[in-house]
This record gives sequence, structure tokens and C-alpha cells, in this order.
Amino acid sequence: MNSLLSRFAENSLWIARYIERAENLARILDVNETFARDEQGASNWLPILQLHQDEKRFAGRYRTVDAANVVRFYILDDQNPNSISCCVRAARENARSIRHLISLETWTQLNVFYNWVASLNRRHVNLNDLSRLCARIKEGCQLHYGIVNGTLYRDQIWSFYRLGTFIELCDQTTRLVDIKYHSLLPQHEDVGKPIDVAQWNAVLRSASAYHGYRRVYPHEMTPRTVASFILLDLRFPRSVTHCAWQIGHAVEGLLQNADLERVNFAPAALDGLSELAAWDIERIIGFGMHEYLDQVQLRLIELSEAIDETFFLSRYSAA
Amino acid sequence: MTFCYDRAKRSPQDWRQQTAKTTDSGYERPQQGMNQASSDIFGDYDPNGYFCEMFGAPGAEPLTATELIRSRLGRMRSTTLKRRAKATDRELFNLGITFTVYSERDAIDRVLPFDVIPRVISADDWSTVEAGCIQRVTAINRFIEDVYHERKIIRDGIVPADLVLGNANYRSEMQGMDLPHGTYVAIAGIDLVRDTDGRFKVLEDNARTPSGVSYVVENRHLMLRAFPDLADRIGIRQVSNYGMKLRQALAEIAPAGVEQPRIVLLSPGVFNSAYFEHVFLAREMGVPLVEGRDLVVEDGFVQMKTTSGLKRVDVIYRRIDDDFLDPAQFNPESMLGVKGIFEVYANGRVALANAVGTGVADDKALYAYMPRIIRYYLAEDAILDNVETHLCREPEGLAYTLDHMEELVVKPVGESGGYGVVVGPRASKAEIEEARKRIEARPENYISQPVVGLSVCPTLVDGGIEPRHVDLRPYILTGKESWVLPGGLTRVALRKGSLVVNSSQGGGTKDTWVLE
Repeated sequence: MNSLLSRFAENSLWIARYIERAENLARILDVNETFARDEQGASNWLPILQLHQDEKRFAGRYRTVDAANVVRFYILDDQNPNSISCCVRAARENARSIRHLISLETWTQLNVFYNWVASLNRRHVNLNDLSRLCARIKEGCQLHYGIVNGTLYRDQIWSFYRLGTFIELCDQTTRLVDIKYHSLLPQHEDVGKPIDVAQWNAVLRSASAYHGYRRVYPHEMTPRTVASFILLDLRFPRSVTHCAWQIGHAVEGLLQNADLERVNFAPAALDGLSELAAWDIERIIGFGMHEYLDQVQLRLIELSEAIDETFFLSRYSAA
Repeated sequence: MTFCYDRAKRSPQDWRQQTAKTTDSGYERPQQGMNQASSDIFGDYDPNGYFCEMFGAPGAEPLTATELIRSRLGRMRSTTLKRRAKATDRELFNLGITFTVYSERDAIDRVLPFDVIPRVISADDWSTVEAGCIQRVTAINRFIEDVYHERKIIRDGIVPADLVLGNANYRSEMQGMDLPHGTYVAIAGIDLVRDTDGRFKVLEDNARTPSGVSYVVENRHLMLRAFPDLADRIGIRQVSNYGMKLRQALAEIAPAGVEQPRIVLLSPGVFNSAYFEHVFLAREMGVPLVEGRDLVVEDGFVQMKTTSGLKRVDVIYRRIDDDFLDPAQFNPESMLGVKGIFEVYANGRVALANAVGTGVADDKALYAYMPRIIRYYLAEDAILDNVETHLCREPEGLAYTLDHMEELVVKPVGESGGYGVVVGPRASKAEIEEARKRIEARPENYISQPVVGLSVCPTLVDGGIEPRHVDLRPYILTGKESWVLPGGLTRVALRKGSLVVNSSQGGGTKDTWVLE
């Protein structure tokens, strides 16, 4: 009798995804402002739009790709479903539906956080103070994980939350590397120039990987070592390897629920993801970085579809 | 478990209240003679000729049943009372015990105002209310069953045919359908008022989806936390088992042969004004809170979408109206219902509470016939009287109403929530003329009743303690048999002199204490 409504499982997964997405955005905006400057000191904001495949949507609403517009687009814009404002609202609406399944603290924090984000306006988004604003947004997201980790009852709801977290993390990491890797691959004459290192620094910080990277590679910074760390280091919580491992773990935990004993869930995408996560950097470069990341993305999409089909019974949803 | 939880929740402020209490000299001592009455918080209290729930009939000796509560309250300082009242308000808001008020432009979450002075009902009075409610619900169920089968009551000329068959809530689809135990109305709410003589009278029957029971239970929790000293050893009948009793009643009306029925609560969703109550009831019953989109009809059954696949649902406590239940059968525009659910229901493969078509019994015009309906089916006189009612559909009723507009309360028959009600003695000339025109245009749409001198209860207002009018809605659950929650919702008209207790019209609630 311990059945969980599909909709509630879906709500749980999406709370995790939306909050993760909001945090990631805040970090990227912050890092871009601080680190991603070229030799003249100008920062380039186009890659952020490419990262989220938002070039078209942005062009429909703003004239120039500059810091002010991109930041507004990603923090405040209610018309942009990828904005922090929209992500936090979506997370809160999902939480509202499963208020009875989450702790009071989880709900209250998310509600207060949402109300704060919703109250932000142009005056709050001051470019000179962007770093502090982004820090507060990140903190709100991190506080949310902390409360969920500390209070959520470890049944199916938890497993779906974990699935959401690591599918989103893996998705974000692969997007980030895909955009940055090629644009930052050194031209012959640039190798070893200072800007090169600064850019890779920014990539590491965008993925919250800088301090971990420094512990593993204290003396070295090459595209190869950076990509290898971000994508393949099992101990780095946002790597493809770590996420694939956590996703497998979450599925295993999920299927241990008595209620799901008879559910058959072993999608090819899951094995495919584990297999890709076991590659080494030489093989990836040989295969082609973009092609590799594409494969990871495809497996994530297939996995999400399999979850929709098996657990959320998407086939019964009204057309 | 509950004990530990409550203790853990004690804040330093509560601790200070405890200290204040013990230094409040004589506070815990029983009343020592009437000479102290003038110095207590009831000193200036005057029920104004109305029956008072705390003191009793005007001119008579104060009620003995409420003596201890009166004396404890009387000795409380009004600052203490106000401080604790403020704390309960804050608690309601923090817990999100809110309802949604819809105006033309926006929807606002509001706390239903809560008054900390309880409404007390003696064991004797309660036994009358209890028996009267069970009698009424029994008759209502027999009536609905008859209406959808042989219609004997119409053939015997007790109730006019057009009143039943012409009712917008009559569902011909229900004709001939047999329900377990003949229970159509599994959850009823009967609105009672008390006249100046203290007799309980029925004001209205709610046989579709009576709401408000969550406040009964939450108000009690709130009271016991804020006034443990007032409630101490009084002997108040408990209300916290409502969820269990509801679940039991619902299980009893499951389709025949289902051993352990799967029960769900079907809600229109988070935007419904009573969503808080839906969450509350689902939690108290330990059943899933579902929306229409979570249910599908498959293999001839209603099934719920779960992570382990489709699961058969046997009983649905639905908090959506007949109209929205099934787009295939009723309103095709409905996004809230489940396509094909009515056919499953008609095949006896799922139970709905309340049944489809019960609205035929809680019509304000049919209400006038209730004493006769009770006599017809049960061969008994009604234990609880009706308020005298004039049907504008009948020539004499219409003439009387139009001649006495200034003295009568006029009510449209199809509305709920107190909308469209005109209270003659308080209405302006223009309002009365306007009402008169509406009645003349559609007489069958109106009834009128004399103004009932609704009983009052001491209520904490800005100026201190003043009388405010109250009503009472007991909740009656029926599976195999009927059971009445000892208490019910006491609604209080917080505006001075107002007789309208609806939450949408400035009403609040009180905790209702039925004594052992």
C-alpha cells in the first residue's frame, strides 16, 4: 500500500533539477563577470547563451549581447524559462504539490528564497555588485540541498530527488565543457600564454572544480588535465563519472523499495552512461570531445525518457 | 510521540506564560462567590437579550456546565488573553492554515480569524444535537435513494415532483443505481443555530461537499497549546480521531467484495480555496491526495498512476462537484475530473463520496420539506426543528414574503457561502426594492425566513470581551452507520451585530468544546 503517486515522484525530481540549474547559472554568471575577460579586459557573454542554447530567445528580446542584458536575461527575465527567477519559481511550485512529503523546513526555506528572488528588480542587479548577488543565490540553493539532505525521509521521494540532482549536474557539466573546450583549445602560438590559464581557471571555477583540481594537479594546467578532471574524476562531484555512479546508485536504491520490487527498470541508457564514464581522456580526445559529450547527452535524454515511461507513466498523459 | 513533540515545541515565551500564571494570585482557585464577578473580564459582558453559549438564557441562572470554564477565564487578565490570542494568530499563519479569498483581480491567502474563547456545549445539549443530526442524515439518505429508485415520496404527494426532478442538481444518470448500505451522503454538515430560547434549529443541510472540518481539529490543537490551563481536567470530547473515522466510513462504502480498499482524496488542486483542508484530510486518513490527472480509467477500473504502475482505486473522497467529475458524462470542458469515471461508478466498480446527485437533498427549497421527509421515512418527529420557511415558489409563501420583506431574511436557493442573502431589518430601502424585483422575476429561486436571534458567545475583540453571534456545523459520517464528530465548527460573526458567519463575509471560528 506504500505506493507513490507518479506526479509526486516527478515533482521531487524536478525540484532538484531546477535548484541545481539555478545554482549553476548563478555560478556561471559570477565567474564570467570575474574571470572570463580577454586581453583587453572585456568579457565575452556569448558562450553563456550558447551554453543554454538561448541565442534565439535572447535575440528576440534584447539587442546587444552585453553584460547588463545577459545578466538581466538570466536572473530576472520571467519570459525566459531558463532564468534563475523562473527556475526557483518552478522548484517552489513543485515543492508546493508535495508539501506533505517534505519537511516543513524544506518548504519554508524554499518559499522564503522564492519570495526573495521574486522581489529582485533591475536595481538589485548591479553589475558592480553581481558577485555578491550571485553568492546569495548560490547560498539559497545550497541551503536547500542542506535541508533536504538533513531532513528528507529516505524513501522513493529521496531516490527521485537524487536522480534529478545528478542528471542535471551531468547535463550541466557536459554542456559547459562542450562550449568551452573548443573555443579554448590553444592555437599554436598561444600555448602557455597567461590568458589561456585564466580562461581555464574560469572553466574550473564555473564547475566549482578549482580547489579540487588544485589538489590533484598542483603544478599543471593543460586543456587535457582540466577536461580529464572535470569529466572523469570520480571524486569530483560534478564529473560525468561521479554523476553516472550516483545515478546508478540512486536507481539501485529506488528499486529496493518494496513497492517497486516487481518493476523492471534496466534501460540501456544506464549501462551506456556507465560505459562512457569509464573512458579515459586519451580515448575521448581520439574519439572527438564534442562527439563524446554528445553521446553522454544522448544517454541522459534516453534515461530521462525511460524514467518518464516506467515511473511517471507518461503514456497515460493526456495528449 | 505527540507529547514529546509538544514539549519540544515549547518556546521560552511559553515558559514566561507559565511563570505569569503562578504569580497571578488566585488564578487556579475555584470561584469564591459571586462578589468577584464584577472585577473579572466578564464584568461588563452583556448578551443583549440573546441566548449566550457561556451564560445561558437571558435572565436565567448562569449555566452550570460552563461554570468552571467561566471562572477560569474570568480570572485571566485581559492582557494575558490578548497575548495568547496573538500567539495563536501567528501560529496559524506560520503553519499555513489558510484559505484563499478570490476577489475580481487576485487571490490572497488569508488566515481564518480564530477566537480563543471556546464555545461550550453541555453533554445534555449535545445528545440532542447528535440524535437530531443522525436522524436527519438517515432521512436524507433514504430520501435520495427513493428519489433515484421508485420515487414513492413524490407519488405519495409529500414532495412536489418538480422540486426534485427540476432541481439543477438532480442527476437522472443515478436512476436505479444501488449503493452499498444506501449511503449517498457519507459526509454531511448540518448548519445549526440557536434561537433566543436556546433551542437548536437547523438552518441548512450540506449534502454535497461540506468543508471546514480541518478547522475543527486544528482549532483544538491550537487551543490545547495556547490554553492548557483552561482545558485542564474539564473533560472535553476529543476530535482528533476524525481522519480515522472518515477512513473507516469510506472503507465501508467500498464496492462489494473489496477487502482492503484503496482510498484516495480527489482535489481540484493547489489553487482551490480549500486545498489546505484537502492536504489535512489526506494526511489524517493516510491516503494519497490526487488530482484528476493522476487517475485514468483502464480495464474497467479507476486506476492511479504510481511509480510502480497503475493501481486500482476503490473509494474516492472527491472534493470536486458533480459537474466537473467526468468530462465524458457531465461538463465536457472539465480539466479537473477523470474521463470515463462515471461509467466505472455506474458499474459499481468504484465508490464516490459523496455520491453523484446528492445536491437534490440540500436545496434550500427542499429544506422546508425536511420535517415531513423525516416523518415519511422514519415515522418520527424531527428532533431538531427547522427555521420557519416561506417558499416563494408557492403563492402564499410569495405573498407573505413580499408583504414582510422588512422583517425577513431572503435567500436564493442555489447559492452557498452567504452570497445573495438579504437581511430585511438591516437592509436599506433600495436593497429591499432590488430584492423584491429579483424575487418577482424568479420566485422559485427564493425562500424567506424570519430573522433568527442567533445565540451569542463571549468573544475577544479590541475593546475586550463582547457578545458575537455564532452558529454550529456538526459533521456526520455515514458508512454502515452514522457517527457525529463531537464538536463541529463554530463560526462567529466578528463584526459587531452581524448575523453572517461565513468566512467569505468576515466570519471567524472558535473551538467547540463538547463536555463529557
